[in-house]
Amino acid sequence: MAILLALPILGLMVILQSAILSQVHLLNGSVDLVLLVVVAWAVQERVKTAWHWGIIAGLLASMVTSVPIWAIIPAYIVATGIAIYMRRIFWQRPLLAMITATFFTTLSTHAITVLALGITGISIPLAEAFYLITIPSVLLNLLISIPVYTLIGDLANWLYPETIEI
Amino acid sequence: MNLPRSFQSAILAFFVIGILLLALGGYLTPISRLALSPFISGQTWLASRYAAVRDIMTAPRDVTRLTQLNAQLEAEVARLQSQIIELQQQNSELQVLSALLDFARENADNEYLTAAVIGRDVSPFLHYIIINRGSDDGLRRGMPVVSSQGLVGRVAAITADGGRVQLITDPGTAINVRIQPSGAEALLQGSITGDLTVEAIPQDANIQTGDLVLTSGLGGNYPPNILIGQISGVRQQPVELFQNASVQPVVDFSLLEIVLVIVNFKPVDINPLIPTP
Repeated sequence: MAILLALPILGLMVILQSAILSQVHLLNGSVDLVLLVVVAWAVQERVKTAWHWGIIAGLLASMVTSVPIWAIIPAYIVATGIAIYMRRIFWQRPLLAMITATFFTTLSTHAITVLALGITGISIPLAEAFYLITIPSVLLNLLISIPVYTLIGDLANWLYPETIEI
Repeated sequence: MNLPRSFQSAILAFFVIGILLLALGGYLTPISRLALSPFISGQTWLASRYAAVRDIMTAPRDVTRLTQLNAQLEAEVARLQSQIIELQQQNSELQVLSALLDFARENADNEYLTAAVIGRDVSPFLHYIIINRGSDDGLRRGMPVVSSQGLVGRVAAITADGGRVQLITDPGTAINVRIQPSGAEALLQGSITGDLTVEAIPQDANIQTGDLVLTSGLGGNYPPNILIGQISGVRQQPVELFQNASVQPVVDFSLLEIVLVIVNFKPVDINPLIPTP
């Protein structure tokens, strides 16, 4: 059920990202809603399909980006791994896990993208990319991460209700 | 004292005629003003009180009627405002289409296919747009894309009913250009910030701010003489082999809604002709 739900939810996020959010910029950075949903899903305590959501997000995002598919899917898988790791570290503070994971996953996704573009022959000036794209993107992602975490948290609680042992 | 009746009538007549003559001569005006002043004040006071009482008496009925009228008018205003917005949108689309039609007429050698911009690349490092035309509409990879202002980019990837266009501002772009009026050939490159620079301009070329940058057609990726932008700044160092210049594009890429794909242009793949070491 949770895997099936990933397709419409992440599909909608990809459409929103491509049609609207890609045009909302802070300097040259932009929000990555798909990444935030994947991270918010992965940091939920009872969720068991985080890796599936990461792969589906990578597949869907590859349809609307020119970043090579062999880079975009690993980028989301790495992001999922970081988010799960943060959930284990901050297991009593899920919101802190979300914020920390957002910070590190944005950095890792951008690093993988720059690396992949470099391999394909597009040289990216690192300092310029960091100051004009990565830092503004981190800020925007951190701003949006809390409402996304709340919404995805509600979805996770609905799909994985808490069981009470009597 | 009993006066004869005719004498009384004569005195009365003289009195009336005298009053009339005084009135006609304007001698009675201060007297009439003085006499009318308290009367007017009294009438004003009475009229205002009457109006106030009448308003109080009739107010509830009018408020109900005015409330209904106000609601009707507000509904009418809302309807007209939505109509205005719709008409403005139609007008805006019409202007865009009209400009594209003018462009197509001016460049009659090319065959165009209009396409709507439906999305953008989700990666902030790249500058691509997604259009609603694909291979089913006759699009092929490499076809140039223009707007009514100038060059937009070229089709980089296609599906059956959609395509991805690499904008000229993308960091992976390299276009052979000619700078007018000097005629110097150079290479246009995009960047991650969307700024355009012309590189490899010969040192002896006289480049000025405001010069036009057009496609040269060299390399076979774009047809010649499509406007790209204007030179906005020149960087010339005597110790370097070439001079560089920044370019202000004529196309506002943030406002792209409809583009034209040149469908009768076939890009030439010159890679097999390039000698490998």
